[in-house]
Amino acid sequence: MQISFSLNDEPVTVDVDPSTLLSDLIREQLSLTGTHVGCDTSQCGACVVHVNGDSVKSCTMLAVSADGGEVRTVEGLSKSDADLHPMQIAFRENHGLQCGFCTPGMLMSAIDLVKNNPDPNEAEIREWLEGNICRCTGYQNIVKSIIAGAAAMRAAS
Amino acid sequence: MRSFNYHKPDTLDAALALLSGNDEALPIAGGMTLLPTMKQRLAAPEDLVDLSGLPGLADVAMEGDILVIGAMTRHADVAASPLVKEKLPALANLASRIGDQQVRHRGTIGGSISNNDPAADYPAAVLALNAEIVTSKRTIAADDFFVAMFETALEPGELVTAIRFPLPEVAAYMKFANPASRYALAGVFVAKTTSAVRVAVTGAGPSVFRASDIEAALAESFDATALERISIDASELMSDIHADNEYRANLVMVMARRAVALAQQSG
Repeated sequence: MQISFSLNDEPVTVDVDPSTLLSDLIREQLSLTGTHVGCDTSQCGACVVHVNGDSVKSCTMLAVSADGGEVRTVEGLSKSDADLHPMQIAFRENHGLQCGFCTPGMLMSAIDLVKNNPDPNEAEIREWLEGNICRCTGYQNIVKSIIAGAAAMRAAS
Repeated sequence: MRSFNYHKPDTLDAALALLSGNDEALPIAGGMTLLPTMKQRLAAPEDLVDLSGLPGLADVAMEGDILVIGAMTRHADVAASPLVKEKLPALANLASRIGDQQVRHRGTIGGSISNNDPAADYPAAVLALNAEIVTSKRTIAADDFFVAMFETALEPGELVTAIRFPLPEVAAYMKFANPASRYALAGVFVAKTTSAVRVAVTGAGPSVFRASDIEAALAESFDATALERISIDASELMSDIHADNEYRANLVMVMARRAVALAQQSG
């Protein structure tokens, strides 16, 4: 069936089978491979994108559910490498990633957190990251990155 | 997952018509349980009826002394609702601890109770608060709604439209969450009204249940110390890879005492 939605501020219209997951549509049909599929069981959070402004796990949402809505992926955070989102800069500066697999989901979750809570403390960040799993860093630098990223987002707004 | 015919009706009547008499049709709300089940091919509906286009099912409002929450209200919206926080903070707190934030952005209260997962959080609140479940054809008391593991009093094609919560004097929910899934290994919801104390336990048994010994002790004295000499029978509780039944029986009492202490503080 045909669906239309806004993807990173650009209108898209695609034909999908109703059983297509949003993560598969984004990666396989639309070739935006920044959104990662780690566990495919809604545990790990590597596939987190924003749908109508809320962070959701795109591996556990039908693509047809995005019809008429707004989807933002990690590619939609910045126009170029020279123009990174403050949260991306914070992850780079604070060594918030090692292998990078979980990073797209971490960024999308973190930015949604700051939207809801502009100045989160460490406990609030760790609580919010419940659904994002990292197997490299032990979260220490991710939390540090998000504190710095939130401060940068506050300064920019 | 196997493919299906996708329907997104825009009226409740249209949704009911699509489900009526069709054994191969399933309704989907947030899909937080159904989609993983379909991925594993444990469910393979021919027709999937998406309820997200139905109007008026995601409202939160007071009707007299009753807090009414629409079936399609997401966990994140219950958790953040100023009205729920003011009138029934224990429920907002419960909703804020379901799964993780991304799950709470999709999952709904109606979907949760209709699924009746033995470790889900909402059934404990619905049962302890003596809520009423409003469906497309009738109103069902919480005591009659949760029948068995993944089984409710809902008939095929019957949809929950709202849950009506009478307000307690004090209430609280405490759970010991599985650290991976955040499902309750044991969760206890305690609610005290002017006339009774009701205690519902989730996560520990094959389905949510009321703990009558705990209720009786708390009816005499609503204090955590009243539970010091009480234990619950482990023989009916679940044992699995995460915890055996004896451990769950102990957790139920620990969570019950903590819930009472929290209810006293918040009251």
